[in-house]
Amino acid sequence: MSAERSDAVSEPGTGAQAAEAPAVPAQRTTGGPAGTGGAAPKERASAFLSLSRVMIVSFLRDRTAVFFVLVFPLMFLLLFGTLLKGAGSPHAKVAQVGAVQVLDAVQGEGRAELEKVLTITRTDDAADALAKVRKGDLDAVVQQGPDGKVELRFSAADQVRAGSVQGIVNSVVQQANQAATGRPPAFTLEAVQVEDNSLKPIQFLTPGLLGWAVATGAVFGASLTLVSWRQKKVLRRLRLAPVSAGSIILSRVSVSILTALAQTTVFLLVATTPYFGLKLTGDWWLIVPLVVCATIAFMSIGLLAGSLAKTEEAANGISQIIVLPMSFLSGSFFPMDDAPAWLRTISDALPLKHLVSASQSVLTRGGGLSDALPTMGGLLLFAAALTAIASRFFRWEDA
Amino acid sequence: MTAAITADGIRQRYGDVQAVDGVSLTVETGEFYGILGPNGAGKTTTLEILEGIRKPDEGRIELLGMAPWPRNRDLLPRIGVQFQASAFFNKLTARETIRTFASFYGVGPKRADAMLERVGLTDSASVMTDKMSGGQAQRLSIACALAHDPELVFLDEPTTGLDPQARRNLWDLLRDINGEGRTVVLTTHYLDEAEILCDRVSVMDHGKVLKTGTPAALVREIDDTVRVSVESGQIGLGSVRELLAAAGAETASVEDDGATLAIATRAPAPVLSVLAEQGALRGLEVRGATLEDVFLQLTGREYRA
Repeated sequence: MSAERSDAVSEPGTGAQAAEAPAVPAQRTTGGPAGTGGAAPKERASAFLSLSRVMIVSFLRDRTAVFFVLVFPLMFLLLFGTLLKGAGSPHAKVAQVGAVQVLDAVQGEGRAELEKVLTITRTDDAADALAKVRKGDLDAVVQQGPDGKVELRFSAADQVRAGSVQGIVNSVVQQANQAATGRPPAFTLEAVQVEDNSLKPIQFLTPGLLGWAVATGAVFGASLTLVSWRQKKVLRRLRLAPVSAGSIILSRVSVSILTALAQTTVFLLVATTPYFGLKLTGDWWLIVPLVVCATIAFMSIGLLAGSLAKTEEAANGISQIIVLPMSFLSGSFFPMDDAPAWLRTISDALPLKHLVSASQSVLTRGGGLSDALPTMGGLLLFAAALTAIASRFFRWEDA
Repeated sequence: MTAAITADGIRQRYGDVQAVDGVSLTVETGEFYGILGPNGAGKTTTLEILEGIRKPDEGRIELLGMAPWPRNRDLLPRIGVQFQASAFFNKLTARETIRTFASFYGVGPKRADAMLERVGLTDSASVMTDKMSGGQAQRLSIACALAHDPELVFLDEPTTGLDPQARRNLWDLLRDINGEGRTVVLTTHYLDEAEILCDRVSVMDHGKVLKTGTPAALVREIDDTVRVSVESGQIGLGSVRELLAAAGAETASVEDDGATLAIATRAPAPVLSVLAEQGALRGLEVRGATLEDVFLQLTGREYRA
């Protein structure tokens, strides 16, 4: 490399005298690749590309990060998806002690229908069956007294189960009563769910858990990069290189968006397998711009966390304290429909809540652009506001 | 002739501490310049202000004819900086690291690899930076500072924590860098390093430059006492004192610690002839003042490495 330098060189060790001996021209004459004028477009693109590559490579080599961002949320999807697979309709398990006329009388097609909602095991040991109800292994015990009275003994521990088992057995008894009159029923009730009939848990689990995954990746990606680069003086090194702040921010945002889209792809591929059976509706592709906007919003949270935190441990803690409660309050893990009003008010202020409901809408409920656009706008506004706040706390250097 | 660096009256205060208290210095183009001082003397802060990382409370600085603060992207490609602690990206190998830094300056991978070879890291090119030894990390850090062929290079304690062999290798590299016409500014803990490498040094303490000059001139300037020592046991302390007085040799001190008989004097010739007459020259050593003595005299305290 010395060959490229064409300027005269002062003899080593004579620098003190160099003041009088103008041996070295102040300006180099070499047209080396590192010329001045750092704003050349080629340089900018190359800084952006190499920073992006650095972030992708170091992310992929960090097994812990890959696990928490890609594998862990997927494990939740597999686990919840499998556990809640049959939870679409209320299903109760009862033990029948001895003969119960109203149940035994249901045969053929009626029996098959009944068994869809009620698993009936026969036993003669009433005490043992009751013990199982108390433990929660069974939902109820059915017995018939000699006077035709059907006795249902249930546990109120799980109120939903208790309600559904009562309802089911009651309706069986009413039907038996009605049949005993020998006349067709005067009134019938046909209950139809307002949602698409195919609405299964996977259809609220996918957008919920995906939102959680995207939030985790983006918040941690931003906060940990910021703190670790500040601590390791990489930020300082970048400041001394002719790299624009725009290149640094743009590369981090691009890599986080890429990560989020990878998460989205994996989630949708897994959820739409026949095993989980997610059915995507019309404008499901709107999930892409939604996830992009949400990533930017979550990164602004990470930027704030990273600006406030001094160490990686602190950044980790602050990020976790934000992401986990936000996920619970945003309906990532379970629907918030039954939550108290004040909790839903908090939930409405969280970007993740809006991502989850908008992606639920476009992925599974046939929502379109009109459902996604306001959410996208809101997410970007949120990002702008939080970035403005974070910039007040931003530090290039450890204090 | 433009100076590579002119700094005039830089001051920087952290809370109650006046870290830099009116430092002025001029570094000529092509010069190897050392900033010497104990821990907390303000060396690193001075360097950071010169590099443009910090804005000084007061003072004026020009690097290659430009102000380093606020950040000047025309200046940045012309300077190279190595920090005290190496600043590398996580989970990258040595080769990936230098290629990344080089790319920020529009320097291609070939040149980056050549720089890696120059600092002797070709064999460790695939080693993760966090698995490198202290010496390897320092060399990589210097390579990263030089990949874009800067005119002005700042090195903050580049040899701290290295073993003697690694230090010597690094000295050769630093001399070569300077030999190519680059201006080098170095802070160091080590006086021998400054003496061997630097054309001029500034001795700093308490945020002030106490003295600036060539190492030789600084050493000459102090009361140059010569220390003459021989193995003890050849001549008694009392008799040597008498003989020296008889010969009219002025001495600053005569001591015998049981291993060495040491005589400090400004006129070594009569001392040496007395010892020679007595045949007490076994293990003779004559040592002039060093930068260490300069340092001791200027700061009034032992050198704390």
